[in-house]
Amino acid sequence: MPKTLFEKLWNQHVVASLEDGTDLIYIDRIFLHERMGTISLKSIEVEGRRIRNPEHVFATMDHIVDTFPGRNDETLMPSGKHFIQAMRQSAIHAGIQLFDLNDPRQGIVHVVSPEQGIALPGVTLVCPDSHTCTLGGLGALAWGIGSTEAEHALVTKTLRVSRPKIMRVRFDGGLSRGVYSKDMILHLIGTYSATGAAGYAIEFAGKAIGDLSIEARLTLCNMAVEFSAFTAIIAPDDKTIDYVKGRPFAPTGQAWDQAVAYWQGLTSDHDAVFDNEIVIDTADIDPMVTWGNSPQHAIPITGQVPNPSKAKDQNTRKSMVRALDYMDLKPGTAMTDLKIDAAFIGSCTNSRLSDLRIAAGILKGRKVTEGIKAICVPGSTQVKQAAEAEGLDRVFEQAGFEWRESGCSMCFFAGGESFGYQERVITSTNRNFESRQGPETRSHLASPATVAASAIAGRIADPREYLQ
Amino acid sequence: MEKFIEHDGIAAPLLRINVDTDAIIPSRELKRVSKEGFGEGLFAGWRYVAQDSREPNPDFVLNKPQYQGASILLAGVNFGCGSSREHAVWALKEFGIRSVIAPSFGAIFYNNCIRNGLLPIVLSDDIVSELATQVEQQVEQDPPSRLIHIDLHQGLVTAPNGDTYAFDIDPGPRDMLLNGLDMIGLTLQHKAEIDAFQKQDRERRPWIYAVPNS
Repeated sequence: MPKTLFEKLWNQHVVASLEDGTDLIYIDRIFLHERMGTISLKSIEVEGRRIRNPEHVFATMDHIVDTFPGRNDETLMPSGKHFIQAMRQSAIHAGIQLFDLNDPRQGIVHVVSPEQGIALPGVTLVCPDSHTCTLGGLGALAWGIGSTEAEHALVTKTLRVSRPKIMRVRFDGGLSRGVYSKDMILHLIGTYSATGAAGYAIEFAGKAIGDLSIEARLTLCNMAVEFSAFTAIIAPDDKTIDYVKGRPFAPTGQAWDQAVAYWQGLTSDHDAVFDNEIVIDTADIDPMVTWGNSPQHAIPITGQVPNPSKAKDQNTRKSMVRALDYMDLKPGTAMTDLKIDAAFIGSCTNSRLSDLRIAAGILKGRKVTEGIKAICVPGSTQVKQAAEAEGLDRVFEQAGFEWRESGCSMCFFAGGESFGYQERVITSTNRNFESRQGPETRSHLASPATVAASAIAGRIADPREYLQ
Repeated sequence: MEKFIEHDGIAAPLLRINVDTDAIIPSRELKRVSKEGFGEGLFAGWRYVAQDSREPNPDFVLNKPQYQGASILLAGVNFGCGSSREHAVWALKEFGIRSVIAPSFGAIFYNNCIRNGLLPIVLSDDIVSELATQVEQQVEQDPPSRLIHIDLHQGLVTAPNGDTYAFDIDPGPRDMLLNGLDMIGLTLQHKAEIDAFQKQDRERRPWIYAVPNS
């Protein structure tokens, strides 16, 4: 019987089908970070349990660490130091690899795991972080879990999971200039709502997907959770294999050859049946930006703030009214008329080298509008060093951006550094929730190109006006 | 884990859609390397008059006199979307919430509820709105009139007016809640199968097991 890629990977990882209707799924890799992983590790210690395969478990410092140059265990986040030091102690106790603050491999978990070759095509990988779906961009079956489930995975090497339904989202056609995979995922969620994939795992397919770089695929899959998907996956291809080759934790020698032979078979059968399918003509997608407090509030950058009176039902209307009030917006205002206070490039969505190159291409020879706080936080120490080797740090700094150490940073406000009260921020991150980036901060999600263009313009700006 | 079999409680309506786990407990409240001590941070951004204050905002539903002691939350579509932080469930639980009734839930939040003895019930938008309307209309009456009865064995929610609504829940989560199971202990009973799988898998996918110690 023909099978989808997701079904194949799922079936290959089933240890047992349990009486309660769930499957016991074998977990190949587990990644932890100092905010949630610490709690899981501590709980395992208290219960007197053991990690089954510590050599398959990795941890990094990203959520709480400061990103100022010269940082140490002291953080602006109240009690942040406890998390950092507890992570270090627990990692030693558990015998797991930790990419600590001064380790050149440190960075945001979902940037580091592909970079280090820990996430591989076809592996199951879980992490107590909702954006673990990012790794589907490499063809990994990866999803986010809570810390109790992380304990379960650490101790048993398995999770009990009900198999989701499977949806294919096909992006056919080419991408216009100034349009990136961030715009594709915002377009998808804006069109089909934040609950559009509830109950489904997604396979992204189609010509536009094949054309994307691996880093762009990671960005696309990153926001699958914002679409309510269990996760997303893209079949590995030659680009994927080229990307993985030579990475520190990737297989070598004979194991590499065996892995490649296996990876080349990881596709959905041509006659596989999906439970649902969405087809999008990629040529129709413009640069996107959000106006409200849900990723589904995404519209083309040429658009206007929508009118709640046109909402499909009362609850949607109420939430739109609330979002307009929170964001201090009036229906009918052109998005490109909105002045901004700050611009942020960073996060597991858009902080990889290709993102920084695109932003730098727009910033080169230009200046950020005076009074705008503009910050770039590379996704990993390795990304930072690679960018510096190309001179991108100087482009950012000469334009007026701060250039930081890597970490999750101001993607969310954890009591430490944040954007100011009610400030309007154009941001390359994934969540525009109320107070996500600071006290009553007004976040507008967009691609790094749009963030860079907006920082220069001093208002939300169409990146196409700034591309050579 | 605490069992969930039956429960009677005051229900409080919070029907906003897409209530995310950042709203349920903001990041700035996650100050402890612990599963405890988060009840005070529940809905901190809405529940208090200012960010660093603990002065109750009188307009927030859980601060209203008629909803004191609420143990059931009536919620909107996609409740608990966003961050995987289990603190959202720990905070609800510590505050005293035993069940959330909503048209849909964030998937990770849903799983986190099951693993902490908090029952997430999926009922249609119309039914949740009807329950909320009943609760709100009877606000002037005695507290018992705002009580909702939940029976997980039978899969039934009984509204204040006596109407009953059946809900579905997968057998796995249902068993976990009814019996308060320790899932790790239970899964370790499958150790022989996990061992056998791993042994076979080493042959099939050797690269998974050849991890460099760099």
